[in-house]
Amino acid sequence: MAMSWLKQVLHSGHFAVTAEVGPPKGTDTQVIKKKCDMLRGYVDAVNITDNQTAIVRMSSFASCLIVRNQGIEPVMQMVTRDRNRIALQSDFLGACGLGISNILCLSGDHQSLGNHPQSKNVYDIDSIQLLQIFKNMRDQKIFQNGEEVKGEINVFLGAGESPYADPLEFRALRLAKKIAAGAEFIQTQAIFDVDIFNRWMEEVRHLGLHKKSYILAGVIPVKSAKALQYMKNEVPGVVIPDKLIRRMETATDQKSEGIEVCIETIQKVAKIEGVSGVHIMAIAWESIVPEIVQRSGLLPRPVKGESTSS
Amino acid sequence: MIIGERKPIPEILTMLGASKKVLVLGCGTCVTVCLSGGDQEAQEMAALLRIKGYDTKSLTVERQCELEFINPLRESIQSVDTVVSLACGIGVQALSDLYFEKNIFPGLNTTFMGMPVKQGYWEERCLGCGNCIVHLFGGTCPITRCAKSLLNGPCGGSKEGKCEVKPDRDCAWQLIYDRLKKLNHLDWLLSIQPPIDWSTSRYGGQRKMTREDIWL
Repeated sequence: MAMSWLKQVLHSGHFAVTAEVGPPKGTDTQVIKKKCDMLRGYVDAVNITDNQTAIVRMSSFASCLIVRNQGIEPVMQMVTRDRNRIALQSDFLGACGLGISNILCLSGDHQSLGNHPQSKNVYDIDSIQLLQIFKNMRDQKIFQNGEEVKGEINVFLGAGESPYADPLEFRALRLAKKIAAGAEFIQTQAIFDVDIFNRWMEEVRHLGLHKKSYILAGVIPVKSAKALQYMKNEVPGVVIPDKLIRRMETATDQKSEGIEVCIETIQKVAKIEGVSGVHIMAIAWESIVPEIVQRSGLLPRPVKGESTSS
Repeated sequence: MIIGERKPIPEILTMLGASKKVLVLGCGTCVTVCLSGGDQEAQEMAALLRIKGYDTKSLTVERQCELEFINPLRESIQSVDTVVSLACGIGVQALSDLYFEKNIFPGLNTTFMGMPVKQGYWEERCLGCGNCIVHLFGGTCPITRCAKSLLNGPCGGSKEGKCEVKPDRDCAWQLIYDRLKKLNHLDWLLSIQPPIDWSTSRYGGQRKMTREDIWL
């Protein structure tokens, strides 16, 4: 079973680049294939969201297989909102058996914020417990109930974290819990306020967490001041400085200013000690990722089969 | 206490349908305290149903969830064709068991186990999971009060002490953090809480409790 390419890239000291693909609200697999064509060669791995914002889409598992068949390594996101420990462990076995080599463990957006607010959630376990269960399945070869897991499991486990949610002084300590539970890489919530992120990273370094896990800083390219304002108002866990909104408002071409802001953010966070990569969440704007990666100076990406030392 | 909220009158009228003689039965315990199903509310509903043309009377017992209080109602219930119970769902079911041949309709929606936080405002506090560990969380139950029931919270949606799911509700994890900080026990939050054993909760099927030492 192949080792995660994302892990190899990070392990060899390269500054990693990941992106995100949201599966379609339908059965058309071409949607995913087209997005793969845009991203191939520009990123090391692609996250496939698991019914993000609690809106029903093609499953992350199925979409990951499509992405992998397109020659791109998927990061399978799994949320604890919709499945109990039985279903999560079952899908984990299937994913590992089929060679999905990266899994990102999340609690997921609450269903009342999505398009089936009448549904019942599960939350049998939380994201930290999910990490611990998967880690034990891989390393101890045991299910959550202690029974033996058969077969090889070679998976790179990740988690999300927001440097911006309250209480701020607990965020780095909670990250330590995630890492202790099994998170080997972290993809953060989108960064617009680099100062707060910087302070969080100071605490992360103080706790030595950057040496125990790879931190990938999340960024979102935004097309307009309006979109930025919307995120400020509606998306918890994201902090957007007013001066950034003003900058977008006064730009002659807001779209290209948004790209500019994203590239600047990448370049700033790349300089912060302990940041091992960047996670570009170009929601419904995947086509812009190549330009951002290229203009951020992150090309060429390492290639399999070639030396991965940087 | 158990909190209940009166059903909308049109819904009650739809349930009543062709009923003619109706007893509105209040309950003197939890739903009296939360001002939804006590004697006063029973009288009010009876008056309302009378206006709508039903031959209605009202009564209130101490607790509809105990047989000793609803057993003596046989005569009153025999004289009507329908009972609208203003008790919680337990009272409605106790009456249904005992008065097998009568229509027993719920006049309340049983909403949660909670408390009045201030005048005219009640909030949920307990899910009855069957294995209380609230002391580990500074006296705030994350299973009940965190929208995701996180045992290793807070999630990324906690903002200025409020929950992203219901912004008028406190983030349980902010309350937990604040209290444990005050108690000098923030270290308690550093250990990973293992998955809950839900078998003691409703998810293990209907629950019961036995005390053989007090059996008659």
